[in-house]
Amino acid sequence: MFPKPIENTNILTQSVYKTALPIVLILWLLPLIAVALTSFRSGGDLISGNYWGWPTSFDLYENYTSVFKNTPLAQYMWNSFRVTIPTVFGAVALSCMTGFALAVYNFKGNILIFFLFIAGNFVPFQILMVPVRDLSVQMGVYNSVWALILFHIAFQAGFCTLFMRNFIKALPRELIEAARVEGVNEFQIFWYIVIPLMKPAIAALSVLIFTFIWNDYFWATVLTQGVDSQPVTAGLYSLNGQWISQWHLVSAGSIVAALPPVLMFFTMQKHFIAGLTLGAVK
Amino acid sequence: MINMNSYFKKNKLKIAPWLFMAPGLLMFITYVIWPIAGSINISFYDWDGLGEKTWIGMGNYVELFDDEAFYKSLKNNFIWLILYMLAVPIGLFMALFLNQSVRGIRIYKSMFFFPFVISQVVVGLVFSWFYDPNFGLLNIVIEFFGGTGIAILADERYVTYGIIAAGLWPQTAYCMILYLTGLNAVDSEQIEAGRLDNAKGWKMLWYIILPQLKPATFIAIVVTVIGALRSFDMVSIMTAGGPWGSSRVLAYYMYEKSFSEYGFRMGYGAAIAVILFLIMMVYITFFLLKMYRDEKAN
Repeated sequence: MFPKPIENTNILTQSVYKTALPIVLILWLLPLIAVALTSFRSGGDLISGNYWGWPTSFDLYENYTSVFKNTPLAQYMWNSFRVTIPTVFGAVALSCMTGFALAVYNFKGNILIFFLFIAGNFVPFQILMVPVRDLSVQMGVYNSVWALILFHIAFQAGFCTLFMRNFIKALPRELIEAARVEGVNEFQIFWYIVIPLMKPAIAALSVLIFTFIWNDYFWATVLTQGVDSQPVTAGLYSLNGQWISQWHLVSAGSIVAALPPVLMFFTMQKHFIAGLTLGAVK
Repeated sequence: MINMNSYFKKNKLKIAPWLFMAPGLLMFITYVIWPIAGSINISFYDWDGLGEKTWIGMGNYVELFDDEAFYKSLKNNFIWLILYMLAVPIGLFMALFLNQSVRGIRIYKSMFFFPFVISQVVVGLVFSWFYDPNFGLLNIVIEFFGGTGIAILADERYVTYGIIAAGLWPQTAYCMILYLTGLNAVDSEQIEAGRLDNAKGWKMLWYIILPQLKPATFIAIVVTVIGALRSFDMVSIMTAGGPWGSSRVLAYYMYEKSFSEYGFRMGYGAAIAVILFLIMMVYITFFLLKMYRDEKAN
């Protein structure tokens, strides 16, 4: 292990380390802590300039209920779920298939198609913006959650294919060869042999895609407008415009919007990190 | 002699991959590959997004060469690219700091990773009021130590750096987690061998640890470059490119030109996007070449 394990050092170093840990953490999260603290201040405190002093009252409940009652935050959150969940299903399903095809079969153009997926995944969004917007308008899905779902599924296919293909490639090939000798058909191999082995990859990708899509802001502003279809990232931006200097509400809203991916991360941490490292850092 | 059975099998193996790929590939081509061609095409036209397109050849690109706002955005993109790279070494040192097995360290690691999980919109909002000249925590700290407060986001000189610092927060967390995972896999025998050879501290890090962290470093650099060139959310949230366009980056300038209150200039916007795309292509090619070599080696 590097650096030297702290338990092998003298008692002084150990206690310095143990005190430093929480201090560094607090400094690191300071901006976030500030937001959390602001979210339970009263509006009166902010008007009188009492931003960092002891709050005159703790309005945790009032602020969070008022954010839901007086703004369409709940609708924005609902829209985010309506976009994110179908996208996760779609992107994972499609990439299981593309990943399988690219990992198991040797055919002409295999590497070319694989690289096409990888390259597409890194492209700047702006080069897609105008045509994708036009396409959504033509298909009649512009300004609906479907505009976002379809685009996100297609775009995430790039990253997901890279991930799935590498995962399947690392599975023992003999399994597939043996099944073929037994006369099992290709679809059955995919469904009964490979898919069950892909569970960890599917879990990792699902958590990761959930977070990516939930946090998307660019496409939310390009493909949707208005309360009926906008996800919470774009919604928060427009609320921020209406809530000028009502920071206690902005901060409560921000915290609510950040909650689903944060909960996802804490419950599925192991899968999340496996996904982030692209499976490449073993 | 062709065995019927094997002939059929051979064909089956030829058709199957295309059937499996069809839905994914079709969607990917429709929504990613084809639009790239579409944008390149639009960049040769003068178009407001609704009316007739007028072919102007290289007209948009010629205009770009004289556009100061374009140069400003390009310059900011390079500042982003260079400073964003700080996420890699800082992430490494944070990972080294946290790579211990004291009690509760797992929770510490996840808390340090926190900024990456939350949306950039939230990060942008958080930093906007962290920087606020009237009540922002940053200025309170500066004034506490006797300095004079600065309105970072309203000052042309500092605004881009202020946004980059905000962006570095989640990006550093990302690099940290990559390195933490990498450090887990470092070969302990090599470390022991190094210790016997009297390698310590920096020497150990440089000659024994870092070479083994190469895959983590590679991915950290790739995601950081992509992150820097994709910077849009933070700029949009924190300053909308201001003050006076001084914090624009290409991604944002493109969006602004294409549809905003300044008018719909799709062709010009597309030309900016093409330039950004070409810059990105340098990195994509570099990444693919490396992947190709790895594939060959296997």
